[in-house]
Amino acid sequence: MEVSRLYLGEGALKKIFKFNGGVHPSTYKTISNQADIKCLPMPSRLVIPFKQHAGEAAKPLVKAGDHVLKGRLIGMPEGLISGAIHAPTSGTITAIDEQPVAHPSELADLCATLVPDGKDEWVQLAPIDYRDHTSEDIQHRLRMAGVVGLGGATFPSNVKLRKSKFKINTLILNGAECEPYITCDDLLMRKHADEIIRGAEILRHVLDATEVLIGIEDNKPEAIDSMRQAIAELGFKFDVVAVPTIYPGGGVKQLIQVLTGLEVTSGKLPNEIGVQCFNVATTRSIYRALEYGEPLLSRIVTITGNVNQPGNYEALIGTPIDELIAGVEKLTDTNGYIMGGPMMGIRLPSVGVPMVKATNCIIAASDKLFPPAPPALPCIRCTRCVDVCPVELQPQDLYWFSKAKEFGKAQTFSLFDCIECGACSYVCPSHIPLVQYFRFAKSEIQVRALEKQNSDKARERHEFREYRIEREKKAKAEKLAARERVVLAAKEKAALVAKEGAVTSATEFPAPTQSEAVIPRE
Amino acid sequence: MSALFSPFVTKPETVSQIMLKVLLSLLPGIALYVWYFGPAILVSIVLASITALSTEALMLKLRDRPIMPFLKDNSALLTGWLLALSIPPMAPWWLVVVGTAFCIVIAKHLYGGLGNNLFNPAMVGFAVLIISFPVQMTQWLTPNGLATLEFSFADQLKYIFMGVLPPDVTLDAITMATPLDTLKTQLHLDRSIKEILELPIYGRMAGHGGEMISLGFLAGGLYLLVSRIISWHIPVAYLGSLFVTAGIFYLVDPEHYVAPLFHWFSGAAMLGAFFILTDPVSSPTTNKGKLIFAVMAGLITYLIRVYGSFPEGLAFATLLMNICVPLLVLYTQPKVFGKKNRKDGGRP
Repeated sequence: MEVSRLYLGEGALKKIFKFNGGVHPSTYKTISNQADIKCLPMPSRLVIPFKQHAGEAAKPLVKAGDHVLKGRLIGMPEGLISGAIHAPTSGTITAIDEQPVAHPSELADLCATLVPDGKDEWVQLAPIDYRDHTSEDIQHRLRMAGVVGLGGATFPSNVKLRKSKFKINTLILNGAECEPYITCDDLLMRKHADEIIRGAEILRHVLDATEVLIGIEDNKPEAIDSMRQAIAELGFKFDVVAVPTIYPGGGVKQLIQVLTGLEVTSGKLPNEIGVQCFNVATTRSIYRALEYGEPLLSRIVTITGNVNQPGNYEALIGTPIDELIAGVEKLTDTNGYIMGGPMMGIRLPSVGVPMVKATNCIIAASDKLFPPAPPALPCIRCTRCVDVCPVELQPQDLYWFSKAKEFGKAQTFSLFDCIECGACSYVCPSHIPLVQYFRFAKSEIQVRALEKQNSDKARERHEFREYRIEREKKAKAEKLAARERVVLAAKEKAALVAKEGAVTSATEFPAPTQSEAVIPRE
Repeated sequence: MSALFSPFVTKPETVSQIMLKVLLSLLPGIALYVWYFGPAILVSIVLASITALSTEALMLKLRDRPIMPFLKDNSALLTGWLLALSIPPMAPWWLVVVGTAFCIVIAKHLYGGLGNNLFNPAMVGFAVLIISFPVQMTQWLTPNGLATLEFSFADQLKYIFMGVLPPDVTLDAITMATPLDTLKTQLHLDRSIKEILELPIYGRMAGHGGEMISLGFLAGGLYLLVSRIISWHIPVAYLGSLFVTAGIFYLVDPEHYVAPLFHWFSGAAMLGAFFILTDPVSSPTTNKGKLIFAVMAGLITYLIRVYGSFPEGLAFATLLMNICVPLLVLYTQPKVFGKKNRKDGGRP
């Protein structure tokens, strides 16, 4: 699709587009974006999961009792899509075992427990100048630095830089941060704009992109100014575009549509339409991974909601949530914690779980901040959900199919295109937890597909066994028949010999009786 | 925080509020109704409300459903009001009760209650009444100022509840055929439109009084549009279709077919366009489906009005189109984001 752009003089006012629907929940961003980024005291222990990214878990390289330095690789990426895991500070590994992680059903996963020694002693770092290195080398370094998408999807960044048959025209930096409460990217853009912009230049260089667009929601004017200033100072020709504040405007596909008017094809990656998108925090990590050789050891987390000292904190990966919130003085009526935003986040089963690379926000919740929804009523098909769905689905139909367990129908109505943004649940006047139904349906379909795959395999195995037995039986029978033929031939031969012998002997001996001369035949 | 899964925040709008707003936007029309025809309609509305709420409660109890959350959703009340507004204000009390009870018990709860009815409950009730009690359903009050004698509210109450008229009053003196009905019968008598419209029961655009009530419903409907309770598709397509159909006939033969505006402001066209056809449960969910649904409903309304044996066609138009809703929805699925370049657009 050809996209017309409207440049209005020096201000470079760009034509922007709209995605379907979206909602305007109260943002509550001023709770946490007033203060500077703060540091937290060194936690007493760190619990570092080996799977903090999309793809395969990293393979542990250390064992209990090992002393490690800050930045030491402790988990080796496995397979094409995976990420490296590092020790966020120096100390002793006390255990490699299953620990509860941030998952709504309190799943346990393989983690390394690290007790810091307080020295925060670095390994030898190897910074590089990206201009002297090949794309493949840079990709490898990012992979080994454990850089993954920090916007929430934690997709390994190096994979996005791989050469493909598609030419990347547009590099997009995602600074939209559309979820309510979360302000970590806002603060990062205000305080470290230069590092983000330098990172963007690295990405532009590697991808050989022709333009760089930085999308920031217009409720973050300080961040927009700071980013524009950094671009001007560094002399790049990147566009900072103030996009309308609307949820889920920070979704990759939505932001791409708003900035370029292009539609990411269902089931395909953005590179297919010549776009690649990185979160601003990821971009900064990429810069630091190359410029300083620093692996991804910490990130900025917004701690907000029902606390006395809300704000943004630079925290080590693996910090247990209870230690993360120890310093912010939660209020007494706090009765739960959300990891992520209120639209797509998860409710933490306990505060003992560690923060991971994807943890952008912790919200202390209370009944006052998150009043219980009224009991769900039946769907009246008012289609408010259709009006807000950014993927243009029919949530009321998907709900019906999911509830009735008509999963096949749900799939034909594009269930798997749902991005689970929660806009439909948010507006539903019957207060039906629509997204939860969709998650249920998706997981049921996946479980069934797996079961089918397994049963197909089992059936194939069974059929092959039957075939093999049959084949062996046949072979045996053939062998037997062959042997019998041999025996028969031998007997015939013997008989012939005997006959010849008889003939010969007949000339010498008296002829045998008739019965003796006849060779019995079967 | 009690929710276990995201999203943890919801918009405070509820079904109950939506229905309440719809009820409130009926008020201008009702006020004008009272102004032109006296307070009898309020009696019908109260009767319908009481019947709707009590049958709703009864059915919820029989179906073992929580009573209060559903009673508070205001949907039964809305059904009752819409039925009361569709039938003659002088209808005997039992007509309102039987009609409303049928709406709630049969058309709503036997289909599964809120959200599950295939047909618009109020229109099912109306259809049952007009077929079963055609005489009572034609006793429309004469607007104030046109009646030949004064008929007090007390007299009206007496008639509604006890069926007795004052000794010197006949039913014909206080009731009349509707403007749509009159038009049809007069046309059969070979009178021209021009002559007919000079009759005293006609006002500026349509029936005297009735046209003003329609204006009231139009105002309430515009509020529903502006406050985004309903989308524009159904009212615009319905009124548009009615206007265009009536317009074509009118242009061809203005002697025998009345002007489109007459159709807009007669009968239940405005009530139907904004309040009845827009019932989300029994109308299509897709925008294209809504357009087809409403265009067809407008066409059927017109055909019944002009050629049918009933003076008004909205109820049957609604019910006939309700039948088509599942099909319309299936065949008018919109394209899905990310699949728009595909041939099927990601439609099922």
